[in-house]
Amino acid sequence: MAKSADRRRTLGRVLRYMGPYRLHLCGALLLALISVALQLYIPILVGNAVDCILGPNQVDFSALASILGWIGLVAAASALAQWCMGELNNRVTYSVVRDVRQAAFVHMQTLPLSYLDRYPHGQTVSRVIADVDQFADGLLLGFSQLFTGVMTILGTLFFMLRLSWQISLVVILLTPVSLVVAEFVATRTYAMFQRQSEIRGNQTAMIDETVGQMKVVQAFGRQAACQAEFDQVNEELRKCSLRAIFFSSITNPSTRFINALVYAGVGLVGALSSMAGGITVGGLTTFLSYANQYTKPFNEITGVVTELQNALACAGRVFALIDEPAQPPDPENPVVLTDPRGQVDIQDLSFSYQPDKPLIQHFQLHVEPGQRVAIVGPTGCGKTTMINLLMGFYQPDQGDIAIDGVSTQAMGRENLRQCFGMVLQDTWLKSGTIRENIAMGRPQATDQEIEAAARAAHAHGFIRRLPQGYRTVLGESGGTLSQGQKQLLCIARVMLCLPPMLILDEATSSIDTRTELKIQQAFDRMMEGRTSFIVAHRLSTIQEADVILVMENGRIVEQGSHAQLLARQGAYARLYESQFAGKPVENF
Amino acid sequence: MKKLLTYLRPYRKECILGPLFKLLEALFELFVPLVMTDIIDIGLAAGDRSYIWSRCGVLVLLAVVGLASAITAQLFAARASTGFSAILRSRLFAHVQSLSYTELDSLGASTIITRMTSDVNQVQNGVNMALRLLLRSPFVVFGAMVMAFTIDVPAALVFAGVIPVLLAVVFAIILATVPMHRQVQAGLDQVTSATRENLTGVRVLRAFRKEQEEIQEFSRRNEALNRLQIRVGRISNLLNPVTYVILNLAVVILLQKGAVRVESGALTQGQVVALYNYMSQILVELIKMANLIITITKAVACGNRIQGVLQTESSQHSGAHQPGRQGRVEFCQVSMAYHGAAAEAISQVSFVAEPGQTIGIIGGTGSGKTTLANLIPRFYDTTQGQVRIDGQDVKSLDIQALRSSIAVVPQKAALFRGTIRSNLQWGNPQATEEEMTSALAIAQALDIVENKAGGLDAAVEQGGANFSGGQRQRLTIARALVRRPKILILDDSASALDYATDAKLRMAIAGLPNPPTTFIVSQRAASVRQADLILVLEDGHVVGQGKHQELMETCQVYREIYYSQFPKEAAANGKIR
Repeated sequence: MAKSADRRRTLGRVLRYMGPYRLHLCGALLLALISVALQLYIPILVGNAVDCILGPNQVDFSALASILGWIGLVAAASALAQWCMGELNNRVTYSVVRDVRQAAFVHMQTLPLSYLDRYPHGQTVSRVIADVDQFADGLLLGFSQLFTGVMTILGTLFFMLRLSWQISLVVILLTPVSLVVAEFVATRTYAMFQRQSEIRGNQTAMIDETVGQMKVVQAFGRQAACQAEFDQVNEELRKCSLRAIFFSSITNPSTRFINALVYAGVGLVGALSSMAGGITVGGLTTFLSYANQYTKPFNEITGVVTELQNALACAGRVFALIDEPAQPPDPENPVVLTDPRGQVDIQDLSFSYQPDKPLIQHFQLHVEPGQRVAIVGPTGCGKTTMINLLMGFYQPDQGDIAIDGVSTQAMGRENLRQCFGMVLQDTWLKSGTIRENIAMGRPQATDQEIEAAARAAHAHGFIRRLPQGYRTVLGESGGTLSQGQKQLLCIARVMLCLPPMLILDEATSSIDTRTELKIQQAFDRMMEGRTSFIVAHRLSTIQEADVILVMENGRIVEQGSHAQLLARQGAYARLYESQFAGKPVENF
Repeated sequence: MKKLLTYLRPYRKECILGPLFKLLEALFELFVPLVMTDIIDIGLAAGDRSYIWSRCGVLVLLAVVGLASAITAQLFAARASTGFSAILRSRLFAHVQSLSYTELDSLGASTIITRMTSDVNQVQNGVNMALRLLLRSPFVVFGAMVMAFTIDVPAALVFAGVIPVLLAVVFAIILATVPMHRQVQAGLDQVTSATRENLTGVRVLRAFRKEQEEIQEFSRRNEALNRLQIRVGRISNLLNPVTYVILNLAVVILLQKGAVRVESGALTQGQVVALYNYMSQILVELIKMANLIITITKAVACGNRIQGVLQTESSQHSGAHQPGRQGRVEFCQVSMAYHGAAAEAISQVSFVAEPGQTIGIIGGTGSGKTTLANLIPRFYDTTQGQVRIDGQDVKSLDIQALRSSIAVVPQKAALFRGTIRSNLQWGNPQATEEEMTSALAIAQALDIVENKAGGLDAAVEQGGANFSGGQRQRLTIARALVRRPKILILDDSASALDYATDAKLRMAIAGLPNPPTTFIVSQRAASVRQADLILVLEDGHVVGQGKHQELMETCQVYREIYYSQFPKEAAANGKIR
């Protein structure tokens, strides 16, 4: 019950998106009506024409000429109506698709990160792309198909019954048999196709594994063993594909067979009733045409119904995304902070991702302008939580963060983010040129400024060596650049804006130690005189920090300077012992 | 594509009989209007009920025989197409296994996987549809025309006129829309990538306050897609109405001509009806044919891509000599450039590794360390110079025998679905339980096996996903050691191990009764420090070789690497970074 109510609500939403195109829609329905009626009228005209051609010297040429004229006109009119209907349908469909996508994307921009982080990106993408497509195909095209299908069936029935109810009975009784047969085959083959896709999945997994690791296979000389294993799955797949394909391909001949039976039945009853004076030869011709066409809309409608259900499900998923609550709006009269000094006060801050698992509780921190705050802790301890809170990606449950004494809650989000420069461990670059990427924060920057920023980030050297220099186009997520080069570009990007405060995640585990030194130098230059929050992996950063926040399991367990914390002999001392002290490489 | 069709050879019988039965079915279909003519012209005219009954019986009979031949044809088509694709997949798989690393690199794993899965499926579908319809549809179209000619030549001329026109229209519309559909797909890809990028970069984009620009960019792409879709829709929408009009005009002409012929007594009423029925059959089959041609074109394109893979020949040829037993490795002036690369990956490398020695290879990312190591088991061929094992050029050795004497632990620790035991058997299918246990002990991996339920028979998921990075690494080391190789290559394979384990591992290998010649590729100075010989690579050149102490004195790159990892010593030595 709840489900059908959901469906009805989803349908209502779809109709609302169709609202702006309701004239198109009414036009399309009207045209469908016209084109179907005209199409069904043609067999009658042909039948009448045949009745004008009785035999030698029994042809009524004048009547025939006018009937033939009508056939031409009706066909042309029906075709025109059909084309216009298609055009209107397309416009409605694709425009609704566009509108829904646009709405979804615009809404995505206001969704809180807590939502976007919770679901895999692929899932959200598939809602905006695949689900919207599916729902357009199924719901809009399916709808028009359903309508024309029903119209055709009703129209045919009407015309047939007017000609002869006896023959109509033959058609009406026999046609459903083909539906039953099709249904029978479909349910029987469903399991076979399931099995096929299961085995195919196994085989793909095996191909994936073996081909992906072909070098290992060859290094260990396992080719023969792999081939034997492959051939075994392959043979299994062949057998079950054969069954699935063969049995499913029985449907078409079977429906054709039923159709042929209908045809024979109509021929028999028609001829007999014609002899009894029931209908003319022309009438029989009309019936034969109808008998040929009658099964088609039935088959289409059964297809459409399942598609409609699927489409509604897709629409439901898209709307769920659009209905997801947006992040709270900015305050009405935000305090505008320009060029802050960089004093940060965190007061009584509490935060958790899940209400039942408290993370940060009653946290206090005062940071003077220009100080460095290092955040340390074992992998996966939630160091990014602090970044999320400072940047306003997540809202604290309680307490407040203030910059230069101004609560961030009172500021606009854009203003807040403007105060920070951020370099993350996950080096994300936009597809576009290197120049566009560096200039992301200041698109109007001059070439000189961009080059200066790149120089400061030690990126100028490798950029210059690229074939197109600063105009080199990067593919999605940075293309062929190495991890280190991408990191340097991300630094250059922040260098160009040089905001008053910095947030750095300095993890460099995938970079060799000499490149890392360069990045370190770039970081150091950037941090000069700026309040910085650093997720620190390096001993030197930690020792030089004014405040160290030690995190464990998402919680801040200690804070203080290096010396203070060592003296406390607590979590930091333990961490320091296990991770840094006595280790030859400091960032491992 | 042509060459692929040779794989249909085992199914020659099916390929001939399938279409034949399909033709049979079509033939029976073509008789139907003739029978109906008899009913009208003979049965009705004479008022002969029993004749009508018998003719309708013939119609039912035709339907039954048609059904039987259609089902037979479907069976043959399904058998041939699935058998064909099974052979094709197996051959492809075997072929891919025979390719050398160079070809594997240039093809790429994801391409090969697509070829073996979705491309083969497309080809299978194409073969299946071709066997079913390729002969049938043209046969029905032209058969209908021929039947029309047998009824009455002047009236049938309408058929000869209308068929080419319909063909031309159907193909013009389809050909016009094919490139447009491709554009629509490209447009959709644009919208997809805008969405995906917006999500993956959400933190950066919001940090730089790019939301509005992103929306503008998205709407631009979205609008462009919308326009494309409407445009292509407008043209493909033409297909049905236009063919419908043409066909009905043909019907009009046919009836007009038929009327004249009936008036003169050359035709009967029933024959006119038959001609009209043949006309109706044409359109359905023409549209089927057009769709079939699209399917076949797609299949041929996929087939050509598959053939491209099959035609990629391995660039390596195995030699005939058996390798020696000592494990002495010698590089003489070796250079190697990857296929298609402008610069050499390693240049002019020469060194000698004596049996049982440990060789360290160190350098930054992209300096050529792995390339050098890959030349030893002849994963790639040198472009200049020689790699010799026990005095013989690796190119002269039997490649399987060469590789079975060497064990490689690759950078990316990948296990295969199965059990720990089945994975260790990769190293040596005949390995005993003790041999496996001792290999695990040396690899410091015994605790992994002991802590897993099932021990050696504990399940391993695809890629070893149910083990941590460090565990996987130790298991791949054990896999290599089970082989008891005379040469062991550890390609950065201790990176996920902590220092103590790494050291224990190296000591255990060195302590083996008959230690293999061991190559340790690493970025960590600590891992190679104890080696008998250290090669320092930079940009493909050996910029230093020797023992740790020598290199500290003579090699600046080595010193820099070392101090970047041991800053305390750097400070102590007065070298401030």
